[in-house]
Amino acid sequence: MSASIAFMDLYSRRLWINRFNLAVSLLTMLIGLFWLGWILLTLFEAGFRTLGPALFFTMTPPPGASGGLSNAIAGSLIMAAMGTLIGTPIGMMAGIYLAEFGSRGWLAPVTRFINDILLSAPSIVVGLFVYEVYVIHTRHFSAWAGTMALALIVIPVVIRTTENMLRLVPDSLREAAAALGAPQWKVITLVTVRAAKAGILTGILLAVARISGETAPLLFTALNNQFWSLDMNQPMANLPVVIFQFAMSPYENWQHLAWAGALIITLGVLVLNILARVFFRNKSPTY
Amino acid sequence: MSSVADTMDGLSRSDAGISPVSKTIPDANLRSQHRLDLLFRLATRFFAFLVLLLLAGIIVSLVAGSLPALRAFGPGFLTSAQWNPVTEQFGALVPIAGTLLTSFIALLIGIPVSFGIALFLTELSPIWMRRPLGTAIELLAAIPSIIYGMWGLFVFAPAFAQLQPWLTATLGAIPLAGMLFQGPPMGIGVLTAGIILAIMVIPFIAAVMRDVFEVVPSVLKESAYALGSTTWEVVWNVVLPYTRVGVVGGVMLGLGRALGETMAVTFVIGNAHKLNASLMMPGNSIASALANEFTEAVGDLYSSALIELGLILFLITFVVLALSKMLLLRLGRMEGQKT
Repeated sequence: MSASIAFMDLYSRRLWINRFNLAVSLLTMLIGLFWLGWILLTLFEAGFRTLGPALFFTMTPPPGASGGLSNAIAGSLIMAAMGTLIGTPIGMMAGIYLAEFGSRGWLAPVTRFINDILLSAPSIVVGLFVYEVYVIHTRHFSAWAGTMALALIVIPVVIRTTENMLRLVPDSLREAAAALGAPQWKVITLVTVRAAKAGILTGILLAVARISGETAPLLFTALNNQFWSLDMNQPMANLPVVIFQFAMSPYENWQHLAWAGALIITLGVLVLNILARVFFRNKSPTY
Repeated sequence: MSSVADTMDGLSRSDAGISPVSKTIPDANLRSQHRLDLLFRLATRFFAFLVLLLLAGIIVSLVAGSLPALRAFGPGFLTSAQWNPVTEQFGALVPIAGTLLTSFIALLIGIPVSFGIALFLTELSPIWMRRPLGTAIELLAAIPSIIYGMWGLFVFAPAFAQLQPWLTATLGAIPLAGMLFQGPPMGIGVLTAGIILAIMVIPFIAAVMRDVFEVVPSVLKESAYALGSTTWEVVWNVVLPYTRVGVVGGVMLGLGRALGETMAVTFVIGNAHKLNASLMMPGNSIASALANEFTEAVGDLYSSALIELGLILFLITFVVLALSKMLLLRLGRMEGQKT
């Protein structure tokens, strides 16, 4: 009799522990969503006040005057585009090597390992590196330096996704093409890469999303420019650094602009992320 | 697959050699294709090699840049808490301590929350909710760090300042550990930076945990359920031991992120080169010292000391990320053996 009571006690204790821990698990999920909601809500609330056509067509103002972010938006677009254009081919070639030729030798495993580390390495160190090898020698901050830093961040992301996506392509496709007499470079460029196109594009979109919000590597490379400048050899305004500078300033109109810039960047990044997901889900290879 | 193509190539060439008809023209064509193949392979190899060069370049340039500081301060740089640009006396103790402390706080909060989220996503959530909820958590990782910093400074810090007196009254009353929670309720400081970092690393750790939880063979879980285990017991006694290595790898990945995070910390840590017993006082981290001071550093020794800070940061994160990668690889191999 007492044994069965002890058994019931143990059983209900286990049940209660289970219920409690699962409730805590639900709570942590809610906490995660709560942060996301809070951050987005703040951004919309604070950013929408300043959002308007003037934001996109007037330049960054001096303290106290009204203005927009046109030069920063243009600079960000240019540097992100150039960084992607330079980084993507390099990353794709290296990714092709890892996926297609990487089954033998020491280079592929070592590269894969190092690349995964560079993928999460602190981006501010990338900025320092570009400063050391480029900015010091040209003696001035420039948009090219910023572009280089962004390209260096794009490369590991593209390498990783290119390799992963090429590995999803079944070998039978490669063998079929080879059996038709296609040389290997044609097999890869015309068959394998095409089959993995959607996945690779997704990776590039994610890389663009990543660099459009990067601030740390631009601080010592592109710096900032309060004027309209499209000269790649001069410092160039860009949204993240402008946000940093304006948000840290005591001037209220600058802080408002910083919030508007933050809203633009976040919306851009979120849209890119969601696009990448939708795109990949619809067009991923189904075999 | 490359060997397949190689033999294909070899075969077709010898075929061409045997057949008298296709002796001349296709052979030249084949040879040029073969050359193109070689060229293509070498080109891709070169770009893969470039990644290694990039790593070597980063290390070499950082070491070269920090030479003046290395010569001037030697190993004492690591243990000195001085940071005085006027007298050119520099020591890395405060930023290193700040970096490690904020990351430690981030993990302390981040690991349990990430575990809860991963548990919810793999075991509790209805199937149709898994994808949107997982995406929402991943979007948390996609928000640029400068947004976290700004939000932390303007929204979270004032809110947290309201809570701080209460923390000082309760946690501060604990003997010894209470020291950590003394100080004026300013909202900014090491603790705030740690909390913001926690929010940032949660999606990274949770995503890895969810992925490794999903590789647990369902036979193992179902056996435990069949023996009468509760969901929690299955997760705690079956899933977690099975994925231990991967979970640690995910935590290390989050740690690597937290150590190198710049903008989010720069906004809220307070940027004071002072060593404080309290977590509520302002401090500094390596990355935020760099972000704040590098462009304004005058004098070779000053910027060189900052570059040495960058070198230290890179070496720490390199070791942490390498460990994480090796643990995750080990899990992958284990999985390979068992299935």
